[in-house]
Amino acid sequence: MSMTELAEAPTPAGDENKPRKAVEGRSPWQLAWARLRKDKVAIICAVFIVLLALVSIFAGPLSALIGFGPTDQDQTNGVSTDGLPVGPSGLHPLGTDNLGRDILVRILYGARVSLVVGISAAVAAVIIGVIIGLCAGYFGPTVDTILARIMDVVLAFPFLLFAIALVTVAGPSETIEIVVIAFFSWASVGRIVRGQTLAIREREYIEAARSLGASDLRIMFVDVLPNLIAPVIVYTTLLIPTSIVFEATLSFLGVGIIPPTPSWGNMINDSQAFYQVAWWYLVFPSLALILTTLAFNLLGDSVRDALDPRSERLFAARKK
Amino acid sequence: MIVAESEVLLRADNVVKYFPITQGIIFKHEVGRVHAVDGVSLEIRKGETLGLVGESGCGKSTLARCLTRLYPLTSGTITFDGQDISTLNRKQLRPLRREVQMIFQDPYGSLNPRRRVGSIIGDPFAIHGVADGPERKRKVQELMELVGLNPEHYNRFPADFSGGQRQRIGVARALALRPKLIVCDEPVSALDVSIQAQIINLLQDLQSEFGLTYVFIAHDLSVVEHVSDRVAVMYLGKVTELASAEALYRNAQHPYTNALLSAASVADPDQARERQRIVLVGDVPSPVNPPSGCRFHPRCPKATQRCVTEQPELTARSIDGEPLDEAHLTACHYPVKPGEDLALATPEIAQTAREAEAAGVLAQDVLAEERP
Repeated sequence: MSMTELAEAPTPAGDENKPRKAVEGRSPWQLAWARLRKDKVAIICAVFIVLLALVSIFAGPLSALIGFGPTDQDQTNGVSTDGLPVGPSGLHPLGTDNLGRDILVRILYGARVSLVVGISAAVAAVIIGVIIGLCAGYFGPTVDTILARIMDVVLAFPFLLFAIALVTVAGPSETIEIVVIAFFSWASVGRIVRGQTLAIREREYIEAARSLGASDLRIMFVDVLPNLIAPVIVYTTLLIPTSIVFEATLSFLGVGIIPPTPSWGNMINDSQAFYQVAWWYLVFPSLALILTTLAFNLLGDSVRDALDPRSERLFAARKK
Repeated sequence: MIVAESEVLLRADNVVKYFPITQGIIFKHEVGRVHAVDGVSLEIRKGETLGLVGESGCGKSTLARCLTRLYPLTSGTITFDGQDISTLNRKQLRPLRREVQMIFQDPYGSLNPRRRVGSIIGDPFAIHGVADGPERKRKVQELMELVGLNPEHYNRFPADFSGGQRQRIGVARALALRPKLIVCDEPVSALDVSIQAQIINLLQDLQSEFGLTYVFIAHDLSVVEHVSDRVAVMYLGKVTELASAEALYRNAQHPYTNALLSAASVADPDQARERQRIVLVGDVPSPVNPPSGCRFHPRCPKATQRCVTEQPELTARSIDGEPLDEAHLTACHYPVKPGEDLALATPEIAQTAREAEAAGVLAQDVLAEERP
């Protein structure tokens, strides 16, 4: 995949050396955008994600079109005479569950939960991680030692146990879920940012800024941060699917979204008792989860290739 | 030579900068010190160009960063325009940052690759709140024109420029606040020769236009001779010789300066063939554990026991009771007379490398032991 991508994408060096008629230099972002646009996989994934977002935003009108709400139990056509789920049909395109609820409608509403929790948890984790990583990398060894140890402690936590314990104490809700996921995700962002900051702060342009009298805050956010944006964006796009899976895991274990509110995790959990007689009950929510995760991951890979074609395998070890 | 205090822009008095070498991750303890700058005293006069030469690792760049107070000093004082700046903290240094600027060696490393040129050159205005919006843009474009860049390239990135153009960007940035002193840390070392001349001419034009004072660091002796009014030679963190460029290049008094000058290339091949080269033995000793007395004694062809025990001061010297040029300062007990042939001199003391060779030990082993 990456070979063809590379062959299609113009190398940045060649692009930058070319004499340009336009007076305005193309920014690294514009160059990356041009490369990303030529990447078919990235476009397909982006289209899928945009569609998913639209569908989850308009889940209400769409479910009205189908004719059932997310918690409506269709007692007449949604359950067989034995009280079992009914397979895909014109009335219920993806079938129903054991209570006669429409699976398609519930998947649409579940997408809302997945995207909201996944994206907000990832963004929160990245913001915390960037700020703490910047401080650790920029402010010398003492601050670094303290913050790096804190990151180690967070990474060493048995996160699932902790998540279950916290949710049990605080009571399950979307907010708690976001907090828990963000809390366990920021440390890995922090480490990456810290490492990059350590390298960048030794560069001559940082010294130049210092010799001009720039404050620490200005150097951190005007000079260091723009050089970190590329890995941070890549990491964010890879952190979103991780958070979505994390959310599904919590819901699956019953400590995330409380039924009857649909989420992909609790749908998969509910379907366990019926998968031998109703395959659609298990397959479609799982498929939604897999496709979403796959789309975000592939998009993340493409964004990374577009932003920095040289560091192609920067996150290879992380990918599972 | 005594210069009126009003003529002096910056005075360094016994400036010392050591870098600690530490071991351990959480509980650090100091195991040694790099004596990067070790007791340097010099003055920079208004409107002059002071050249600073020496081998790699002799402390030139560290001294430059001490003079601009980018590094805190280990000890010593620096007076800029009558004000003691040696102990000011970062906030107190802000007004000084407008007066003293730096031009850096690496034109690729000294410009942030993610920012547009206009924003880089406008940085000094933004940091010191001098100009905003369209006024800043106008000022930046004036600066770009001044240093020979096309002002229309305001929105380009550093990657769109060649090395020489990038160095012009660095010059424009340094010039933005009309500083009194510009410290140029090897500003032309990373450029090819034809571009070097352009940048040097630019710097000289700007100096006469704005009455700038330069500290010009380089390891290329001919460049320093060309641009400098006075030249200071450094060896292992100390200034060994300080004189007007003309006097230094004509009559170098310190044996190290002589060796350095004899190693410089000469354009005329006939002259180059006839020239006598002074080849020094051994390597530059480690600045972690510098030699006693005169730091040059392990490699000096004129070394005596006195050089091992007694550290020579940087003062005007006399030979056989006859005083030499009083503006020519040399840190050597036995300054070289004009016309003296150093290649014929033999040291009176056993020097590490030679001693080891005589004892049948490989000189390399001794050198390896000396290094940390």
